Amino acid sequence: MNAYRPATNAARRHRAIRATARGIGWLSIGVGVAELLMPRTLAGAAGLRGREGIVRACGVREIVTGIGILAVRRPGPWMWARVAGDALDFATVGSRVGRRGNGSLALAAIAGAAVLDAGCASAIDRIERRGKPPMRNYSDRRGLPLPPTAMRGAALKDFEMPADMATPALLAPWPPTALSP
Amino acid sequence: MKALCWHGKKDVRYDDVPDPRIEEPRDAIVKVTSCAICGSDLHLYDGFMMGMESGDILGHEFMGEVVEVGAADHRLKVGDRVVVPFTICCGECEQCRRGNFSVCERSNRNKGLADKMFGHATAGLFGYTHLTGGYAGGQAEYVRVPFADVAPVKITNGLTDDQVLFLGDILPTGWQAAVQCDIQPTDTVAIWGAGPVGQFAIRAAVLLGAKQVVVIDNVPERLGMAEAGGATTINFDHESVVERLNDLTAGKGPEKCIDAVGMEAHATRSLDSLYDRAKQAIMLETDRPHVLREMIYVCRPAGTLSVPGVYGGLIDKLPFGALMNKGLTLRTGQTHVNRWTDDLLRRIEEGQLDPSFVITHTVALEDGPEMYKTFRDKKDGCIKVVLKP
Repeated sequence: MNAYRPATNAARRHRAIRATARGIGWLSIGVGVAELLMPRTLAGAAGLRGREGIVRACGVREIVTGIGILAVRRPGPWMWARVAGDALDFATVGSRVGRRGNGSLALAAIAGAAVLDAGCASAIDRIERRGKPPMRNYSDRRGLPLPPTAMRGAALKDFEMPADMATPALLAPWPPTALSP
Repeated sequence: MKALCWHGKKDVRYDDVPDPRIEEPRDAIVKVTSCAICGSDLHLYDGFMMGMESGDILGHEFMGEVVEVGAADHRLKVGDRVVVPFTICCGECEQCRRGNFSVCERSNRNKGLADKMFGHATAGLFGYTHLTGGYAGGQAEYVRVPFADVAPVKITNGLTDDQVLFLGDILPTGWQAAVQCDIQPTDTVAIWGAGPVGQFAIRAAVLLGAKQVVVIDNVPERLGMAEAGGATTINFDHESVVERLNDLTAGKGPEKCIDAVGMEAHATRSLDSLYDRAKQAIMLETDRPHVLREMIYVCRPAGTLSVPGVYGGLIDKLPFGALMNKGLTLRTGQTHVNRWTDDLLRRIEEGQLDPSFVITHTVALEDGPEMYKTFRDKKDGCIKVVLKP
């Protein structure tokens, strides 16, 4: 028996990080849907009144990154895309702080989200880097008694092609002459 | 007895379950000595196949010793060593008489359900959803084998479990995938997926005389094993599959294409795969048919597509115009295992092929739940897991 490894603390930590990433993915979709459906309300809260189009665009971006995080096995790049989006949001809202709305509160929320996103993205990167043990070498696993070049066509001497699996006559060479290799 | 049971998405447990018993006169009870996790078990593990119920016993690749036979089973006797094909067949219906064992008309005891899903029911399968009969699987200490006087393959020689276990599924599946391509000596055979079925399809294509065998995957260990079997490899993370296949075939494309991947294609860098994953995430599509699309696109006109990879439901954006206009032949289906078992057993006995090369992990049955994850994530160079109850 070989190669069985019980779940370790590291494995449990990896699962927790991936669960966090999935949570962020769903949250991203939720925020995105809200930004698409309630742009005026959210724009007002973030001090972006009159810029509902930007809020909707952010909503599309949130949904895309959320689906990306949920859909792939290695969500690191999508998490970093969220971090970039957070920076963009921070710059957009920051440029309007001091005008109407709760711009400072929105900035704090964006900063918090950025810290969470960046932390999760870094943790996933660390998993990816550590999670690559030395590659196993199967180059001797031929399964054939001789090199493949010597085994080419070896089964043909006593193999009978079932008629129902043969190439349809319509697609066979015409005129029906043997093909030469 | 102990068995690996499905309890939901990514939830396989080593459970205590009732011992199986003879229910019909043609049944037998087999004490499992070796079983395996199949790539298609991962579709159940990942929750992509419909018709599973919590507590279902998994597994359709298994072999062992007959410990009990029904009154009407005159073929097997207690003590026989058998490999049990994953398809359950009666041996008497019209399809079985034609050798189409995987579409046996009588072995699926949930025929009504399967009729609704597929139009007409297919054969019963071990450990593979209630759409195919809801039969208890072979990742267990004991299994009830229905119609045991038909399909089980007796092993009467000194071959080891590792050499013959795969006669029950993946070896004939790879073999049938190549056979239904009707390989000619001038053919290039392109195989998507270097998992266990892909590995056997490579060896089958070589033995059946293909001029060139090309395999497409992105797992280095699997590509290494494919090269050992005689394949030219394409890592889709590093190069364009279509461009390289055209380069290898003087711009004409491969004559024969085999999809040994199925419904869970992982080509995450292609646009259509992202589209599939997005639709799958919001339950608007069940399967990810990236490989089918690529095969249809790159295959030489009048070529053949062979699909042993498992699909379960609905797919989207299939370029059927290309398939029709190029006059491609499409061959699919679960494997008619017993068509090939005698021939393949003889080839193993004669040393033409040793299927044990594909085994990378052998563990106790109780370690199965952890190995599902290892296999699913392709960790630790995992290509094929054998479990020992």
